Amino acid sequence: MAQHTTSFTEHQAATAPAIAAPRRRHGRMQRQRLRAAWLFLIPMLVVLAAVAGWPLMRTIWFSFTDASFSDISQYGFIGIENYLVYDNGAWYGVLADPDWWQAVWNTLFFTVVSVGAETVLGLIIALTLNAQFRGRGWVRAATLIPWAIPTIVSAKMWGWMLHDQFGILNDMLMTLGVISSPLNWTANPDLSMWAVIMVDVWKTTPFMALLSLAALQMLPSDCYEAAKVDGIHPVRVFFRVTLPLIYPALMVAIIFRVLDALRVFDVIYVLTSNSKDTMSMSVYARQQLVEFQDVGYGSAASTVLFLIIALLTITYLYLGRKQFGGEA
Amino acid sequence: MNRKLLKKIAGKVGFAILLLAIILFTVFPFYYAILTSFKSGSELFSIDYWFTSFNLENYQAVLGQGSFVTSIWNSLFVSTCAVAIAMTFGLTAAYALGRVQFRGRGSVLMIVLGVSMFPQVAVLSGLFEVIRAFDLYNDPLSLVFSYTIFTLPFTVWVLTTFMRQLPKELEEAAIVDGASPVVTLFKVFIPLMGPAMATTGLLAFIAAWNEFLFALTFTLTDDQRTVPVAIALITGGSQHELPWGHLMAASVIVTVPLVVLVLIFQRRIVSGLTAGAVKG
Repeated sequence: MAQHTTSFTEHQAATAPAIAAPRRRHGRMQRQRLRAAWLFLIPMLVVLAAVAGWPLMRTIWFSFTDASFSDISQYGFIGIENYLVYDNGAWYGVLADPDWWQAVWNTLFFTVVSVGAETVLGLIIALTLNAQFRGRGWVRAATLIPWAIPTIVSAKMWGWMLHDQFGILNDMLMTLGVISSPLNWTANPDLSMWAVIMVDVWKTTPFMALLSLAALQMLPSDCYEAAKVDGIHPVRVFFRVTLPLIYPALMVAIIFRVLDALRVFDVIYVLTSNSKDTMSMSVYARQQLVEFQDVGYGSAASTVLFLIIALLTITYLYLGRKQFGGEA
Repeated sequence: MNRKLLKKIAGKVGFAILLLAIILFTVFPFYYAILTSFKSGSELFSIDYWFTSFNLENYQAVLGQGSFVTSIWNSLFVSTCAVAIAMTFGLTAAYALGRVQFRGRGSVLMIVLGVSMFPQVAVLSGLFEVIRAFDLYNDPLSLVFSYTIFTLPFTVWVLTTFMRQLPKELEEAAIVDGASPVVTLFKVFIPLMGPAMATTGLLAFIAAWNEFLFALTFTLTDDQRTVPVAIALITGGSQHELPWGHLMAASVIVTVPLVVLVLIFQRRIVSGLTAGAVKG
């Protein structure tokens, strides 16, 4: 009730000048608040412009030049040659580079498989933790451990567990009789992407599990009681009741993870360095930029990556606008 | 009746196995890193599932290297400064976004969310130019500057969510008393935001502590590096001669404080993560 009244007066205050005298003091307060709001916001916006807006614009600009990493102040404008150029009967540029398309494919494959696996595993963990049992707090704390470990450290830890000769994973699989000889997880082109995905799933499943658990705990218990009274099978209850109810929250978590997975760098760089079999778009762009010192070409790749992510973000924001556009 | 009991027991056993599998899945890699870090020499190459030795040699070797200790200080410095900057600019912005209704509020929130989803590599060359221009290359200050790109939007976003949850009556009392917005923010909201600020600060700190791409690109020498880069660049003669014992000891050293923090603050962290994402 109180909330309702306030939003009413606030609304009136916004149109105060028309209503005139008795509201004048309130109107002045409101204007003061608006001015203060912008004064509070401007420093933050200026900082964001300095650390994000300006560098992004410069990156896009560099993608049309032949700048080099060793001396970034000397460069010439070369148009779209970094993206695509036809020269002596062959196409050159990022968009004509098979390695780039391999990186795009790797990133998409990585994103779909790892986010998919994380969602399923996260849901299973969340459903388990949603049950009442002793020591639940401890298990929940344990699931947070992978999330807290730096990506670099988890990649190294798994690198050791996946070691071709002394790795414990090969030992486990051989003891169980799944494989007959040790596998070279990180160097074998057929396996290295799966190794990367394994590490990423381990590291980020807790995030999914926690967000799913938070959504599960907000569900009303009455529809479950109704289902229980009717004797409906739990699996059916999950797909018919639980999943549709947590779907919005789950979707947000999935989109966050997808956008995060599309810019993946650390895990891949540490686990398999610059191998072409696992190289993501970010690894490709950084390799061009820093290792090959070609700022122009690397910026072109970065710009394409940015456009892909921006497109997805805008689509998401557009679709989700209703969710946070108006509410106070 | 008997069959029902049997089913119940089977259900309990199944649940216990599931729990055990979850714990094993999440804890085992960390446990194995600790186990490995206490092995030395040829012990490393025998595969054990339980602790067989408590050799501190790896820890002595890692901490004996001045550069590793320096990198811990660099990481602490960079993360603390990045969080302080994000908090300073984030709190006032979150007050405006969370408590005041104004036109353009939705757009500002979208800009903030958009920046937090930036691929870091997309600003790499632009940031590099800025850092070169200010002569900050190979200086931890370059990281303080560049980490703001993810700590600030995150802080604004989460603090805004927390700000909104505070009751409106608080503010009304302050307005009736004629307090200015600045006074309202500092005297009414900031004292109440303590727990929220702790949560947000901790999450931003962990994000900064774990960052790798900028740290790898903007620093060059061992004494300027942060912990993740220092660990990533521990190398032996070749890929197959990596000093795994040292690596695991270094990993455990930088991870144990984080794990302890997370276990202590787990409730807060969960609330911060959900405020950052579910409400988004």
